[in-house]
Amino acid sequence: MTTLALVRPRTDWLGIVFAALLTIAIVGPLLVVGTWAFTEVWRYPNVIPQQFGFRFWGQTLGRPDVWNALMLSLQLTTVVTLLSAAICLPAAYAFARMSFPGRNILFFSFLAGHAFPKFGLLVAIAAIFLQLDLIGTFWGVVLIQLVGTLMFMIWIPVAAFQAVDRRMEEAARDVGASPLRVFWSITLPQAGPTIAAAVLLSFVGTFYETEGAWLIGAPGIRTMPVLMISYINNQMVIQFGAVLSVVLWVPSFIALMFARRVIGGGAFARGFGG
Amino acid sequence: MSVLHIVEVTKTFPGGTNAVDSFSLDVADGELVCLLGPSGSGKSTLLRMVGGFEQPTGGRITIDGEDVTHLPPERRPTGMVFQSHALWTHMNVFKNLAFGLKLRHMPANLIKEKVEAVLELVGLAGYGDRMTTQLSGGQQQRVALARSLVLEPKILLLDEPFASLDQHLRERLREEVRDIQQRLKITTLFVTHGQDEALSMADRIVVMANGKTEQIDRPDVVYRNPQTPFVAGFIGTMNLIEGEVQGGHFVRADFTVPLPIADGPATLAIRPESLDLAASDKPGASVHRVTDYGTHGLVDLDLADGTRLKSMVAHPDLFRAGQGIELLPRAVAAYRNNQQIYRSSP
Ligand SMILES: Nc1ncnc2c1ncn2[C@@H]1O[C@H](COP(=O)(O)OP(=O)(O)OP(=O)(O)O)[C@@H](O)[C@H]1O
Ligand SMILES: [Mg+2]
Repeated sequence: MTTLALVRPRTDWLGIVFAALLTIAIVGPLLVVGTWAFTEVWRYPNVIPQQFGFRFWGQTLGRPDVWNALMLSLQLTTVVTLLSAAICLPAAYAFARMSFPGRNILFFSFLAGHAFPKFGLLVAIAAIFLQLDLIGTFWGVVLIQLVGTLMFMIWIPVAAFQAVDRRMEEAARDVGASPLRVFWSITLPQAGPTIAAAVLLSFVGTFYETEGAWLIGAPGIRTMPVLMISYINNQMVIQFGAVLSVVLWVPSFIALMFARRVIGGGAFARGFGG
Repeated sequence: MSVLHIVEVTKTFPGGTNAVDSFSLDVADGELVCLLGPSGSGKSTLLRMVGGFEQPTGGRITIDGEDVTHLPPERRPTGMVFQSHALWTHMNVFKNLAFGLKLRHMPANLIKEKVEAVLELVGLAGYGDRMTTQLSGGQQQRVALARSLVLEPKILLLDEPFASLDQHLRERLREEVRDIQQRLKITTLFVTHGQDEALSMADRIVVMANGKTEQIDRPDVVYRNPQTPFVAGFIGTMNLIEGEVQGGHFVRADFTVPLPIADGPATLAIRPESLDLAASDKPGASVHRVTDYGTHGLVDLDLADGTRLKSMVAHPDLFRAGQGIELLPRAVAAYRNNQQIYRSSP
């Protein structure tokens, strides 16, 4: 993030080198994939492709399985994010503001799923889902992806709610607001930017999630990223996968733009008590 | 016309801390009462119980005869100003002030009128569009005050509202708040641990220690006639000397003074301005240090056993470190078992 850059009067060579390395590491592969997406002929040992064109775009986007996968992915991600928000935000508020027996154990159990190697956990869950006939179904994938969002959707909002000044809430009670009204008019707007960040993260994270979607969803449910991987693995034509991955940049690009507008600089830091 | 009665209110926190202990106070209509006491004496806890933010574990609170002891804050006719101002940073000044009025379903044009009037009152006319983070500390505290005043509460509660401001600003705001309070004749409870604040603002002062009342009196009385050794030591500078009374004389080391009370241990209290000095060869005290403040001087003295006393003198140049001194108290008070048992006529 740009906010991490330090403002210094003198030239920060170490910083520049670091930024350059980061740029190469991140932008480099993107550049190669991006180039492939618009390439019709590119043979060794040329550094740049012999022929550019949109032929593979037409071919890729003309495939009905691509559109089905895109629609499915958007549906899945929306359902998962909404469900996750509905479950996690009230829970996060409870964790942040109330004390009840078993609070700490419950809190850590929400996060514990991320403390173990994920794939082993997924296989265990898949075994259970098999018995419940959830394998290869929409709701099976929803469930597994929901588990994946818990970390972001509990942890970050808990920090956000805790960072809200109690005195602000009391001042609102003082001028006549009911507890519910205080939550709606004071607590939520104060925690809002950070919570928006959490929702965004879980939306993007869910959209790109492949392990769970593949393990639980196959063969009936094929999301966009799963489709892309199968193209890259099974098809001799590199361009199909490249075009799809360029298409997949779109949501994260939109998310980034949205994040910059809605969240603004210090929100994350504030959410973590900074 | 609003009067506040606090009747034997007690607050014991779950951990067992007895923050307020059977505290009683009546605040008259339009009166400003200061709660004064050291850190942890239960001032904030008491104020928060009046505001409805803490539940008393015993006792009653009534406002104009109505029992509010168990009402939540939103249903009490009280307005609280917090030390940290607690303005809502996601709203501008106008919205901060309008929020409570909107909750009361007041029409928009009336809200605008009221908010502008109260901004004028606190000297912030035209600041409605500012975000609260774009204000100075003093301006933020004025907005916080306005936020409470605009709702015309029966009781105004202030918890060290100026503690985070610098000395100069604190003095100015103190006067402004006092002016506004007197103009609106609003019944006010004011928490502070600055005694100059209490002495300069209050109609009456409540001195608290360990959740209990030590003394409730007018500021000048609290200063001139402290009822307990705690109040004597807490308000202003005071020489407090532990000693014995024997045959009508108070004795500590070589220092004796007539004190017509029964024999036994006693604490003698003498203000520095009531302790005159005379150069002497008689044993009594010696000068430790002389400080010249221009308008007056302060002489630090040691009794023979090392007890340190202070005396305020008009001509510090008459005294020199090491010099022998006779102590001539003009006014004394004596305490025994935490009670005043003697006071010389002033
Ligand atoms: N929520 C709480 N839980 C437990 N103990 C508390 C709580 N709030 C205050 N106390 C205790 O109650 C006592 C009185 O606290 P209070 O805040 O009323 O003091 P105060 O007079 O306002 O002090 P200060 O001048 O430092 O603000 C203290 O011993 C404090 O530790
Ligand atoms: Mg306090």
